[in-house]
Amino acid sequence: MNMATKVETLDDPGYDDDAPLYEARRKIYPIAVHGTFRRIKWALLIITLGVYYLLPFLRWDRGPNAPSQAVLVDLANGRFYFFFIEIWPQEIYYVTGLLILAALALFLMNAVAGRLWCGYLCPQTVWTDLFQAIERMVEGDPRERREKLKSATRTQRAFEAAAKHALWLMVAWWTGGAWVLYFADAPTLVWQLFTGTAPLVAYLWIAILTFTTYVLAGHMREQVCTYMCPWPRIQAALTDEYAYNVTYRYDRGEPRGSLKKTEALRAAGVPAGDCVDCRQCVAACPTGVDIRLGSQLACIQCGLCIDACDTVMNKVGRPTGLIAYDTEMNVERRLKGLAPVSKILRARTLLYSALILIVGGIMVAALATRGSEGVAVIHDRNPLFVRLSDGSLRNAYSLRLVNKQSMPRRFAIAVDGVPEARLEIVGGISQTENGHPVVEVGPDQTYELRALVSTAAKLPANASLPVTFSITDVAGGETTTAPDHFKGP
Amino acid sequence: MAEHHTNEVDAVTGVTTTGHEWDGIRELNNPLPRWWLWTFYACIVWAVVYWIAYPAWPLVSNYTSGVLGWKSRDAIEVQLANLRTQRGAFAEKLDAASLEQIEADPELLAFARAQGRAAFGDNCAPCHGAGAAGSRGYPNLNDDDWMWGGSLEQVQQTIQHGIRSTDADAHVGDMPAFGRDAMLTRPEIVAAADYVRSLSNLPVPAGVTTDLAKGKEVFEANCAACHGADGKGNIELGAPNLTDAIWLYGSDRDSVIATITNGRGGIMPAWAGRLDPTTIKALTVYVHALGGGR
Repeated sequence: MNMATKVETLDDPGYDDDAPLYEARRKIYPIAVHGTFRRIKWALLIITLGVYYLLPFLRWDRGPNAPSQAVLVDLANGRFYFFFIEIWPQEIYYVTGLLILAALALFLMNAVAGRLWCGYLCPQTVWTDLFQAIERMVEGDPRERREKLKSATRTQRAFEAAAKHALWLMVAWWTGGAWVLYFADAPTLVWQLFTGTAPLVAYLWIAILTFTTYVLAGHMREQVCTYMCPWPRIQAALTDEYAYNVTYRYDRGEPRGSLKKTEALRAAGVPAGDCVDCRQCVAACPTGVDIRLGSQLACIQCGLCIDACDTVMNKVGRPTGLIAYDTEMNVERRLKGLAPVSKILRARTLLYSALILIVGGIMVAALATRGSEGVAVIHDRNPLFVRLSDGSLRNAYSLRLVNKQSMPRRFAIAVDGVPEARLEIVGGISQTENGHPVVEVGPDQTYELRALVSTAAKLPANASLPVTFSITDVAGGETTTAPDHFKGP
Repeated sequence: MAEHHTNEVDAVTGVTTTGHEWDGIRELNNPLPRWWLWTFYACIVWAVVYWIAYPAWPLVSNYTSGVLGWKSRDAIEVQLANLRTQRGAFAEKLDAASLEQIEADPELLAFARAQGRAAFGDNCAPCHGAGAAGSRGYPNLNDDDWMWGGSLEQVQQTIQHGIRSTDADAHVGDMPAFGRDAMLTRPEIVAAADYVRSLSNLPVPAGVTTDLAKGKEVFEANCAACHGADGKGNIELGAPNLTDAIWLYGSDRDSVIATITNGRGGIMPAWAGRLDPTTIKALTVYVHALGGGR
């Protein structure tokens, strides 16, 4: 600190030198709630975790030379299998397409009904939900917990804490365990894991993911959403007044007050709000926010406060829906006595939907028209051409043949576009088909070869003739071509 | 300075302020979470441990080496050793296979070409060029003209023992300096040059009158012994074919006259002692597969 600031701070009576450098964590123990949104969340939790844990065991027959796992990332051989789709490393753009679709879907969800992803589908939310359920199961609801702090013995509390962490670690271990199953044959790897013969890298990744799951879902919880995740910040910039969000309808709720007070007010003919200020919405919130303060960064919009509030409203005999999916604009309109408006079809939702259809359409088209073979050509750069002893010209090319089928195939190679062209393949070419050299490419493999094209024809000066290399499946007849040039002096 | 505490709350956000104020703008007190702060301290501790454990600080003529004794050079040695182990299996196959077997096996051919390309870049490219296209006096290895033979065995022989090198088994051939050593007169040399050029139908420069009959006479008396009566050369002696389109030292009239006058004798070193047999094998296959081999 330099002198100038020091003087300034001394002059400033409001300067706080002893303020803590950090904000102490407020531990959040949400209460259990029952209702529609809780049921939706349970269903989605079972579906998403079920898919995650069981998908590696699903089989998919691809013939004798390919793995039979429905979803498999085969890093050693550079292949990604997804049911009937097999992706090669050079086709990674399909993954790019999927990521673009995911982003657009996130935008569309946000434009329609806020943070649907955060509240129901995000792994952080799902696993935290599961971990909190385990916590409540072992240690009881927050109220019981607080009582136990006074009544239960030290040993009993230590036993419960140990049980909770053991269960958490088991779930976390299975999370890491399921992850590695996507990278190898699942049944084999499970057997290897239990007999201690699995590769070290598998154990390592299980350890890493056990640690991250245990820390993020068990200990970090809402801190991930409020401090680590960029999406709440981006989401705030993408929303508009028509987007449905989990909203406290303050037009109906205010002025809030205790049940007794509001009933007395109503009896006297004074208007009173429906909110009885029971704070159940806060108690149910997994991120510990008060929804009545309005839409906010830490609110993941999981709908649990809706369930909590509806339960109370039913008990006190007021209509449900004091907290509901609604728009900020409609709350204001009702306050002014106007009818609420709903506008799902608007520029941004239509645009996002159109973009999703276009990107999805392009991907489906690309996938449907994708060939089972391929050829790529690289012209020798040095030298571009060679003069042979008889005066003719020769260009050399590297060809890479791709066979995407799970059986070996024979391809006839031809070149077109050069007059009097002579095609030679370096190495052992023993077969021909209609005068064209034939090479065999193994199942699901590539084959690189060197092709020499020469011609005795007289070419114009600085010749650069477009040529086409074509490979034809001898058995199936499928032909694929690749363009290049034939250069002359 | 407890008396400086402020509980002033910002009206818009509902957050307390730190008391810092610049031109009426007040700083809100939104402190970091505690775990974040701990992570930050842990990073600082990590950095200090790293300085002590690993090479970190530059000194005047050296650097702090770290107590673990880690060196990037050692790490590379380990990687190179791993690479040699990985290549070992293929190198053994390469050793065992004949040149013809290597070229007929796509997998071995690819391995030999890859190894050969690297060895070529390190050892041969300075004269023959990175793409083996050669230049004046240094043969193009992509074409089909071979003074000492272009079969796999002949190429291997040339790489092993060189041309006019110090190796006892080197190719030796001598193109005499017919003019410098006064074996032929200038007119005889010019006539021979014109005759030789006519063998490959090279155009006669404007204003030049040739005496092909005299040239033929000189050729048959002096050149045919090595280059053959038909001028098609002799691989045994490294005498080039004079009837084709490839001219190592240029096909223009002056160059051919200079060649006959002063003779030629390019030198290629023997590589047998410098490169191991496997590398020479890979080089042979690489050069042969360039397209020049016969």
